[in-house]
Amino acid sequence: MEETPIVVARGLTKIYRSRDGAPAFRAVDGIDFSFGRGEAFGFLGPNGAGKSSTMRMLAAISPASGGSLEVLGMDPALDGPRIRARIGVVPQDDCLDRELSVRENILVYGRYFGLRRDLIRERLGELLAFAQLEEKADAQVEVLSGGMRRRLTIARSLINRPEILLLDEPTTGLDPQARHILWDRLYRLKQDGVTLIITTHYMDEAEQLCDRLAVMDGGRIVAEGSPRALIEAHVTREVLELRFSVDAHAAVAERLRDRRLGERVELLPDRVVVYAHDGEAALAQVHAAQLSPITALVRRATLEDVFLKLTGRSLID
Amino acid sequence: MSAGGWAPRRTLSLVERNARIFRRSLTAVLASLVEPTMYLLSVGFGVGALVGRVAGVEVRYAAYVAPAILATAAMNAAFNQTSFAVFSRMRNERSYDAIVPTPLSVADIALGEVISAVFWGLFAAVGFVLVMALLGLIVSPGVLLAIPGALLVGFAFAAGGLAVTTYLRDWSDFQLIQLVMLPMFLFATTFYPVSVYPGWLRPLVELLPLYQSIQLLREPSLGVFNWGVLAAAGYLMLFGALALALATRRLTRQLLA
Amino acid sequence: MPRAWPVFVYWLSLYRRTWRATIVISVANPVLFLLGIGVGLGHLVNHGHAATLGGVSYSAFFAPGLLAASAMQTGYIEGAGRVFAAAGWAGSYRAAATTPLEPGEIMAGHMLYMGFRVLSSCAVFVAVMAIFGVSAGWWVLATLPAALITGLAFAIPAAAWVITQRSMARLQTLFRFLLMPMYMFSGTFFALGQLPGGLRLLASALPLAQGVALCRSLSLGRASLPAVAGHSAYLLALILAGILIARVTYRRRLHP
Repeated sequence: MEETPIVVARGLTKIYRSRDGAPAFRAVDGIDFSFGRGEAFGFLGPNGAGKSSTMRMLAAISPASGGSLEVLGMDPALDGPRIRARIGVVPQDDCLDRELSVRENILVYGRYFGLRRDLIRERLGELLAFAQLEEKADAQVEVLSGGMRRRLTIARSLINRPEILLLDEPTTGLDPQARHILWDRLYRLKQDGVTLIITTHYMDEAEQLCDRLAVMDGGRIVAEGSPRALIEAHVTREVLELRFSVDAHAAVAERLRDRRLGERVELLPDRVVVYAHDGEAALAQVHAAQLSPITALVRRATLEDVFLKLTGRSLID
Repeated sequence: MSAGGWAPRRTLSLVERNARIFRRSLTAVLASLVEPTMYLLSVGFGVGALVGRVAGVEVRYAAYVAPAILATAAMNAAFNQTSFAVFSRMRNERSYDAIVPTPLSVADIALGEVISAVFWGLFAAVGFVLVMALLGLIVSPGVLLAIPGALLVGFAFAAGGLAVTTYLRDWSDFQLIQLVMLPMFLFATTFYPVSVYPGWLRPLVELLPLYQSIQLLREPSLGVFNWGVLAAAGYLMLFGALALALATRRLTRQLLA
Repeated sequence: MPRAWPVFVYWLSLYRRTWRATIVISVANPVLFLLGIGVGLGHLVNHGHAATLGGVSYSAFFAPGLLAASAMQTGYIEGAGRVFAAAGWAGSYRAAATTPLEPGEIMAGHMLYMGFRVLSSCAVFVAVMAIFGVSAGWWVLATLPAALITGLAFAIPAAAWVITQRSMARLQTLFRFLLMPMYMFSGTFFALGQLPGGLRLLASALPLAQGVALCRSLSLGRASLPAVAGHSAYLLALILAGILIARVTYRRRLHP
């Protein structure tokens, strides 16, 4: 992105003060990043990687403990309300007013931004259409499905026409169909020029939605780039997954390493993973070595593999 | 990050939200009248028949306890909103997670919750005055002063409730709140004059915010006016203001971690 | 019901984590009410109305009435609130129903626990009454079984009903609009004899009024066998009806 970025962080740090005997906790440990307008940026990492803390600082609702942060050209510590007036936030657990109707939820939220009632009503129809909730406009939130609630939360967060939309784990807990509907809605937003900042621990989601990703672990950014670039830089094109009886895995991994199979052999609790440019060829070598796996699967490498390589841990624990 | 100061329009947007929720639970307004009405009937009339005339009190017993129960009704209605309802919004519904990222400041949220609760207390007070009227317990037009009085009572306890809520760890801590609210209800001269207590105990009773609330409402309702009413009003204002400041400070730390 | 006992032990083991707080409440409630209402309000009452109260002090009149009311309240909290949670969000019943336990055993074990909770909190109350000296000597001990059946007469029918419910709000509504008024008009605060004829009959037919009359007659040492038998039979009938209904409703909810 050549134009001036709308978010710039340098050495951004978040330390939670010690409380009730627990030691101080460094949740975000000096990270740098910047986003351009209209970009879709993802923070990928397991629970506790520092994604949510970073998002809270971006939303100007949590003061940075160190480093610098600029959102829309302003300092969150000084201009909190002005920044918040121009961004939208979709929290992980929807936090809707369950007693109120769909329409009222949006109306009430718009009032928090000081928007005039007639302006909110004007935008309401378009937001309900966007969220595919026109028929549910007068239903109480209580009766909505999880996917509908999430779409309502997104519609609600758009009432102030935000320039940046922060989404924390947008599809966690949704069924596959609801996830696809949601992704489709987010695409449209991106097309309209809204900057999307997403945290997720689903690599398929990150691949689907994000132009650029930062892989986080232990409060640091351990890698950054487009999904494809990350895969190319850190893992092979294909992956061979082998399952044997559980107590045989360690010995098998050892043998495959001795035979220099593929680029790298990784031992996981439930399987052995071989990174190779040609998965089928690697599988043939396995059979040639007189090994007979219970199951064998050749697939394309994903971000999950990138994460495993970078951190030595699986993304979803 | 600071509490962020108050902006009337932002504060009122939270009041509007709460009003929309209240509107759906009008039975809850009626429900908040059941308990005080029952106390009025059973203690005011039932025990009142056993009590007869109380020394130093000109009116019959039920008329004497009614304004005090009015004060407790306003107190409970306001207090419950900023304790139970706010705690539920913090813990169960997580409403503030959605509100904090909007331009509303924490000061707006705190004041908005208190103002909403004051309205709730006001509704309870108006409802209870109607109950008193139905039961023929209005002895002076001075009872109209109890309505603005109930606003002050509501303010003190709404702010107090909000401050207390910031100290709660989980739902079971509400039992501890009961351990404070119950004795206050029983001992703050709701059912008998402060002269029942030995001299050394009276200043302690007089420190209770409910005692001050009863002072504020009882004598005007009975058509008696003296300067003590102003002292009670001052006490409740100060109590509420301090509690609101404390609540805002603590909420800021909790919501903007 | 061979496996009701382990269910009871389960509830007891949960209680071990919160008993301290409930003990404080169990002591504080009677002490505060006996001081605030019994002594404080009694101060106003005791000037010459002894005849209406049968010649006893207001505290002596009020304390056993409050004991019965507090048994009702504990019973309702355990029978309604706890069962609602166990059948719903807390999941205790759902977890138990996947084991060899039968719905009737899950029910019986929990009801044993309700009995334990009513009995233990009323025992504390009775001890406070003994210390305040508001009972006729050793008669105070006789109020304990009376309070137990009063509490269970609410806990068990409440459990039988609550297990059919999906909305918490109903429980609160019932408490507010039914139990609260019952508490106020069952002779706890004033003598039912003060009420006019029709109202008096109606009020004395309330289950809590039966419990109050039973506890009071025993506490004051003025119990007559027919009256005690009558009140007890009324309360036991409620308990029995509750159990019979609960056997059906528990099965319906746990093995739908």
